[in-house]
Amino acid sequence: MAKTPSPPAFSLEFEKPILQLEKELANLVNLQETKDVDYAAEINGLRTHLTALLKKTYQNLSAWETVQVARHPARPQTRDYIDMIVKDFDEVHGDRTYGDDKTMVTGMGRIGGHKVMVVGHHKGRDTREKIACNFGCAHPEGYRKALAKMQFAEKFGLPVVTFIDTPGAYPGIGSEERGVAEAIAVNLREMARLKTPIVCLVIGEGGSGGALGIGVGDRLAMLQYAWYSVISPEGCSGILWKGGANAADAAEALKLTSKSLKELGVIDEILEEPLGAAHRNPRAAGDSIEKYVDKTLRELKRLPLDKLVDERYEKLRKLGTDAVTA
Amino acid sequence: MATLHNAPASSWETSTTPRKNVDVPEGLWLKCPECAAMIYRKIMEEQEHTCPECRHHFRVTAQQRITCLVDPGSFEEMDANLAPSDPLKFTDKKAYTKRLADEQKKTGSKDGLRAGRAFIKGRPLMIAVMDFAFMAGSMGAVVGEKITRAVERATRENLPLMIISCSGGARMQESTLSLMQMAKTSAALARFHDAGGLFISLLSDPTYGGVTASFAMLGDVIFAEPKAMIGFAGPRVIANTIRAELPAGFQTAEFLQEKGFIDKIVPRNELRSQIARVIDYCNK
Ligand SMILES: [Zn+2]
Repeated sequence: MAKTPSPPAFSLEFEKPILQLEKELANLVNLQETKDVDYAAEINGLRTHLTALLKKTYQNLSAWETVQVARHPARPQTRDYIDMIVKDFDEVHGDRTYGDDKTMVTGMGRIGGHKVMVVGHHKGRDTREKIACNFGCAHPEGYRKALAKMQFAEKFGLPVVTFIDTPGAYPGIGSEERGVAEAIAVNLREMARLKTPIVCLVIGEGGSGGALGIGVGDRLAMLQYAWYSVISPEGCSGILWKGGANAADAAEALKLTSKSLKELGVIDEILEEPLGAAHRNPRAAGDSIEKYVDKTLRELKRLPLDKLVDERYEKLRKLGTDAVTA
Repeated sequence: MATLHNAPASSWETSTTPRKNVDVPEGLWLKCPECAAMIYRKIMEEQEHTCPECRHHFRVTAQQRITCLVDPGSFEEMDANLAPSDPLKFTDKKAYTKRLADEQKKTGSKDGLRAGRAFIKGRPLMIAVMDFAFMAGSMGAVVGEKITRAVERATRENLPLMIISCSGGARMQESTLSLMQMAKTSAALARFHDAGGLFISLLSDPTYGGVTASFAMLGDVIFAEPKAMIGFAGPRVIANTIRAELPAGFQTAEFLQEKGFIDKIVPRNELRSQIARVIDYCNK
């Protein structure tokens, strides 16, 4: 590691020893610079130690710890990735039905060599933005805005890239009154037959139908420490264990990590995160996404549109068939 | 971290079960949970499982539904042998395999849906009926596969399709594989739609979560039974999130019709004629 990362302000329980080391390292580097003393040997020693500890910790993350990493406040979000990898991003609003849902970000831009339509949940980085974005929980108008932009993309031959990061669709009165279930259902049907390539990326939380509502496509990839499940571990624990205290057990049982989902054939690819996860080095996570999208779109663009949509159907058609016996 | 970790309500069990539609108790006589009248079971069953006094619609099993809806003897069941295989090896307080075995014994079915060809007033159609008696009608890989096969057959055979929903949502024990059934069934419906097929969706009490957010809301015609509870998130999850009382009648069929999301509330005794009429109007 050429550069000493600044320790994240927020600490996860299992990261505490790591943060302690990162702090010591930062202090030593600082001391060397200000006092002009040579601590090179000590610094190298600490770096080696830190790298080993990061490797060990992150190789053995439990499902529940993965969920915590996916929710880390410093974890890059949709707008961060847009800033990093989408060139000339041109945001467009307008669901044409009700109002602008700040949770759903849509706009044109370039990723790698491709002009694309970007669609993504954004959770919000500071308190104000979080409230405006309902902490990443989209309303029906968000899903309808996403669909309007995807259909625009279809008409003008732009591939669609979706960034999934949501605890779930917003559970509220207005959301139900305006038909959040219908909005998601229509997106599933339309994304299944949209005549343009669709690449879906789970970058943080893949919370149930709210995630799937922008998650049907030709390829589904997950960042290494993202999660994707039919229900949150807390929600599942509350129902099946009759109490929220068993979220860790529920997380394990739900097989919600990228590794499990790759094994189950639900996702196509795991996008590797930097050592110590995306919040330690957002740029590296962005590179990982950029490379994947660029490569994948090159593959998908080679297919005639009818064949693309047929292959998408066959891919969706196979989901869960191994879980059925005759 | 103030996030809404309970938001993705994919299960009916997260919500307040309507007190009025508990399982029908055994016995010759029963008390109507709506009007409190003592009613003779046989009369109730003969009137499509509704209360002869107040027309309260009792919840029915898939078998009961089929018996009182299609022309006698016309149901030709398909894929009845499909069974779940627990690919996640899911265990909570009880192993999923054990739970499945218990439910299979209780209901005599491999999973929570029956599908096949049938006739209604002499009109042929493909029909799929969810069974709430089996794990709250939850949708796992078997339910998703059976619906998808029914849709594909209806497409091939150019038959009208009817799906009767009665479900708490996606099945937690199959996690993301259940969730993906939403995408799979909706994709099959996209093709059916492209082929010009007629899809009649009937929502019965309750219809929630991933079922509402996929095929149930994709009908060319969407009917609901009177007073059926229909929604995405369960009422308790919503009340906990917004920390407020829910308005009266929230998430009832009547509420959904008022908000523009269903076409018509159809009482059970009018259902056969209603379906026949739609099929005729659509020249199917
Ligand atoms: Zn009554």
